[in-house]
Amino acid sequence: MNEIKTLIWKEVTLEWRQKYALSGMLLYVVSTVFVCYLSFNLRRNQLTPIVWNTLFWIILLFTAVNAIAKSFSQERHGRLLYYYSLCSPQAIIISKIIYNSFIMLLLSGLGFIFYAFVMGNPVQDNGLFMICILLSSTGFASVLTLIAGIASKADNSATLMAVLSFPIILPMLLMTIRLAKNALDGLDWSVSTDEITTLLSIDLIVITLSYLLFPYLWRS
Amino acid sequence: MRKIWWKILCIVIIFYVIIMGFMGPVPRLAIINESIRNTYFHVALWLAMTTLLFTSMVFSIRYLNKGRIDDDDIASEIAKSAIFFGILGCLTGSVWANYTWGDPWPNDPKLNGAAVGILIYLAYLLLRSSFEDEQRRARISSVYNIFAFAVFIPIIYILPRLTDSLHPGSGGNSTFGSYDFDNDIRKVFYPAIIGYILLGLWLAELRIRIKQINRVREEALIDAGKL
Repeated sequence: MNEIKTLIWKEVTLEWRQKYALSGMLLYVVSTVFVCYLSFNLRRNQLTPIVWNTLFWIILLFTAVNAIAKSFSQERHGRLLYYYSLCSPQAIIISKIIYNSFIMLLLSGLGFIFYAFVMGNPVQDNGLFMICILLSSTGFASVLTLIAGIASKADNSATLMAVLSFPIILPMLLMTIRLAKNALDGLDWSVSTDEITTLLSIDLIVITLSYLLFPYLWRS
Repeated sequence: MRKIWWKILCIVIIFYVIIMGFMGPVPRLAIINESIRNTYFHVALWLAMTTLLFTSMVFSIRYLNKGRIDDDDIASEIAKSAIFFGILGCLTGSVWANYTWGDPWPNDPKLNGAAVGILIYLAYLLLRSSFEDEQRRARISSVYNIFAFAVFIPIIYILPRLTDSLHPGSGGNSTFGSYDFDNDIRKVFYPAIIGYILLGLWLAELRIRIKQINRVREEALIDAGKL
């Protein structure tokens, strides 16, 4: 536990020292949202809740892929070897997943605020939408962390990251969009229990698998 | 697996399935009509593919535990023949959908799931081809293979059941077994699955042997100092 805490703290400090990474991601979200806003300027009335919802999650998906892709590739080879000698691989993957979920939460929260600010907020049940953001941030972070680990071992990691992660993340994305749709329509929470349990179980499967598989990935 | 009996068995079963599949008695059902014969091909192909992918994952786990490169060869070649079956399954399904649902690619969660599933495994092949070093490739693609199978099953078998799908067993539709799986179909359907699995293993086995022979020859060349 202590090991994980130290590792998370190390990630935060690293991020804080090189602020350009996080601020770069924030700027990425903001400018994408703004591009979408300007593109829809011609026909504002065509921005139905469905389009609003889909656009928002696609922006978040691309943000997530870009933000998490660097979680392994930004570390130098020597530093990785140093960690290898110091701590267990399980602690590293868990700390990375927690840290990435935190980053994703931050990015999607701020992204949502800005998105709602410029594009309007048709969400009727904000509480459920927040749960949706929480579940999807942890889900995206846990899937993409392992994929980033796999992709960082190969040479053309940027392409590989996209190709490997998009099909794998799709069920999660579809479930999230469906849950967010329920939140938009302000449906009763009992309608969405199916989606919430499915999302939670996918998260659980993915985190367990990352925990079990990462040691093998780490060794090479 | 070098024995010949299972290859003969495979050929016999496949011929049995083809002949009985087109000539044998089938129940008369509205809308589906004679196209129910596609059960022997489409449904059986998907089940065979899932079994092969499962086998491939088992070999990947074995590779990670024991570190023998042969296991990785087996895993990747079985996955390749499973992808081949997957594409055939899509094509046969497309023919079937064209005549019963009126559209070769209806917007159906199971179809889209199947397409995504095939994409996942094509990505697996891409991942394999992006490494030079054999052990490294084997280790990393084994990790991905296990991960992929764990995601593949929900995409194909669990998610479509939660939504409305045209396929039986989804969105409140009953499964095949519950209403129209009579004994005539069973007699051909179960052998068909076994036949396709054997065929897939045979395809994989040939390629595995070619790979191993090439490896032995390369090592011999290196030993002789020619490479």
